[in-house]
Amino acid sequence: MTEEPMRGNRRSFRHLPQNSTNSDVGPPAYQRGWSANIPSCNAQLFGKINLPVSAEIRCVVALAITCVWDSEVVLRGFSRNSFHDLKGCFAKHMTAQEVRLCGLLLQEHFGEVVERIGTHLLRGGAQNLRTIANETNTPLDLVKKSLCVLVQHGACEFGSGRRGPGSPVEYRASCERVLRVLRYPRYIYTAKTLYGDTGELIVEEVLQRGHMTMSNTVKTVADRLTHNMEEGRSMEYSEVVSAFSKLVETHFLQRCPPVAEMGTAATSTTPATPSTPAAPASTSPPTAESNPDCYKLPHVTLIGRGKRRRSSDDSEEQRGGKKAKMDSESCGDEGIYWLVNFERFHQHFRDQAIISAVASKLDQTSSEIVRTMLRMSEVTTTQTAAYTQPLSANEIFRSLPPNYSISRPILDQYLSLLVDDPMEFVGKSGDSGGGMYVVNLQRALANLARATLESVVQERFGSRSARIFRLLLRKRHLEQKQVEDFAMIPAKEAKDMLYTLLSENLVQLQEIPKTPDHAPSRTFYLYTVNQLPTARLLLQHCYKTVANLIERRLFETKENKRLLEKSQRIEAILASLQASGAEPEQLTEVEEMITAPERQQLEALRHHINKLDSTENQVDETVFLLESYIFSTKTK
Amino acid sequence: MAGRGRGRGRGQMTFNLEDVGIGRGDSLPPTTFKPSPLFPPMPVQPVPLQTGEEVEYMLALKQELRAATKTLPFYIRRAAPKRDVDRYSDKYQSGEPKDSTIEWSPDWSRLPKELCVKVREPRGKRPTPQVKRTKKPLVGKEEILTKLETLEKKEEAVNSEEEQDEEKKKTNEEEEQADEEDYEEDFEEDTDYIMSYFDNGEEFGGDSDDNMDEATY
Repeated sequence: MTEEPMRGNRRSFRHLPQNSTNSDVGPPAYQRGWSANIPSCNAQLFGKINLPVSAEIRCVVALAITCVWDSEVVLRGFSRNSFHDLKGCFAKHMTAQEVRLCGLLLQEHFGEVVERIGTHLLRGGAQNLRTIANETNTPLDLVKKSLCVLVQHGACEFGSGRRGPGSPVEYRASCERVLRVLRYPRYIYTAKTLYGDTGELIVEEVLQRGHMTMSNTVKTVADRLTHNMEEGRSMEYSEVVSAFSKLVETHFLQRCPPVAEMGTAATSTTPATPSTPAAPASTSPPTAESNPDCYKLPHVTLIGRGKRRRSSDDSEEQRGGKKAKMDSESCGDEGIYWLVNFERFHQHFRDQAIISAVASKLDQTSSEIVRTMLRMSEVTTTQTAAYTQPLSANEIFRSLPPNYSISRPILDQYLSLLVDDPMEFVGKSGDSGGGMYVVNLQRALANLARATLESVVQERFGSRSARIFRLLLRKRHLEQKQVEDFAMIPAKEAKDMLYTLLSENLVQLQEIPKTPDHAPSRTFYLYTVNQLPTARLLLQHCYKTVANLIERRLFETKENKRLLEKSQRIEAILASLQASGAEPEQLTEVEEMITAPERQQLEALRHHINKLDSTENQVDETVFLLESYIFSTKTK
Repeated sequence: MAGRGRGRGRGQMTFNLEDVGIGRGDSLPPTTFKPSPLFPPMPVQPVPLQTGEEVEYMLALKQELRAATKTLPFYIRRAAPKRDVDRYSDKYQSGEPKDSTIEWSPDWSRLPKELCVKVREPRGKRPTPQVKRTKKPLVGKEEILTKLETLEKKEEAVNSEEEQDEEKKKTNEEEEQADEEDYEEDFEEDTDYIMSYFDNGEEFGGDSDDNMDEATY
């Protein structure tokens, strides 16, 4: 779909916001991306065609028009309702890149069947069982199994159908939850740093299984820890229970929300849970936080020690698969399942990011002060708060860690330094108690996101383009001449860089007409950078990057499949030989079955895969920052 | 009228070209006729990856998690397509996942009733097969050792390596099959036949080698 170049004298939509749609000025169309500003494009196109614009046509054409530069298509969650209820259908936006990445993650972790069902649900919105089975051409049993897996891991929710309690159950997949899978290593590593190996294994088990009961987790973790210990020692259940309770106290683990009543009951039966009664699908299912008991440990006493698995039992274990072994005695906490509280981990990551930013901008002591402030307000700050509760300087002084003994006047100096810093991490909200200070969470996130954007521009386009970008961020709107002057870059190069940035959609053009007829010679053309849309754009780029990385890794693995299988077989033979006490000559003979060039190839393959994997982890850190920033701006 | 300006200079436009920055005598960059290349040459090299203990630990975690999820029951594989003729052994060799059963037992009270699938339960007596199983692996390993010794004595130049390859693969296969058959005794329902009498032959279980250049002996 091409847009006709609009000549100045034929313009008749003066009342519409003009946003870089004039193709006479600026770089030619092939260099320019389309700014994704849907309402104006919409209205302009319809103004020309003069159609009676109905809601359906508008959204269908809006779909077609919104092709961003690198051909991303924004898919709207077209549930069956969409043509009757526009508001509802645009509730969950999932871009093509997100869906592609979710598909790859599902495929890696749960197999192709679940991937097909999952992507179908993500693209199509809420659907019932029969529809899914028919549209994906999968046998009903496989669909049921996949849905069980998805619900177990929290990636899918179910609710009563649209037409009321009598209609079939509908399932809805959550893109956000599937994307969390990318961050699992970071969660596990954080648990390790905070609560040691026991905490690490608890979080790992709960993540791998979606949700688990406490008794099950304790037993499995104790067994695993015992397995890694030396002979004769085993892990006490009580130690694992104490680590578990610490995780629950600090809200890293929470109870699963109770299942929403479906179908018949009009009122909720359990008084403790304020879940909404069975109603049309638009009511959201109860979240974990709505349960007042969500951080209460069940009253079970688990006494015992971890069991060490004998090597003869090992083969039995492997054959039976890693099933959650339920012993015949039930432990009294049936039905109470625990899952990982991702939001709490995200809060922790955000705090870490702020502290390290302060440490690198100022110094270690300031970062310790900020860390103390954040620690004190952990419990009192809600998730979406713009800043923490005010803390007095006296309180901060009392709560500083003992090995950081600085005197009171020095603390005051540090605090005033922090307040005066242009990054605005800390703000002063009053003077009582020696001065009331808050940590500006929202502003800190915005600054971190801005630093990310600037760094991206710098690494991709060079430091002079980064200078222009920073200039535009600070000064908002600048003409081309002003850009050249302020950035101190010669005109030709400045123009080139600006056009490159414009073509990548990092910079936008804003037109300000001097005369009513919008003549181009009498219009101001200003360059501008909007932080939020640019952050969204970069986030989509990140998703695309991770998806590309995964695909490349799968490709590399597939190319060398034969070699990998051979090396695995050789390792198995070596292991069995060693276990049965063979002589070194036999071992070397077996080892020589892999030739030297094959060994080199294997080494190179391993190196590549390691690089791709650690790149995924690193991109995920950027994704986290941008997601937090975008989320913090939504809840205003 | 519209075409009057064509061909003379760069063409008339409604605004001043100098304002935009294209001076007289300047050459514009060449027009592009095709989409940008798939792997464009990078003007700037990317920053090297982060390194350190933390990074390596998370990398190891990631790879372990990926390997572990393949063994969990949540990894759903399609059942192998049925062969043309129903075999007698199908009744007793049900080690492969089936479409109609689920490998783990979810909490059905938390799921809608329509999702209920039969949970696959490995039934059978555990104690007796265990005695046999402890013996079998040892026998298998002894087989390998004796075979290794005989092969060493032969000292063949060219084919020795390949034969060792095959022998070990075969013994591994047989060992695996023997173990599998042992395990299948758990699924004994109502048959008088002892599983070890039933020999599946070499073709059963599939060849672990896809690229066997030499014929099987």
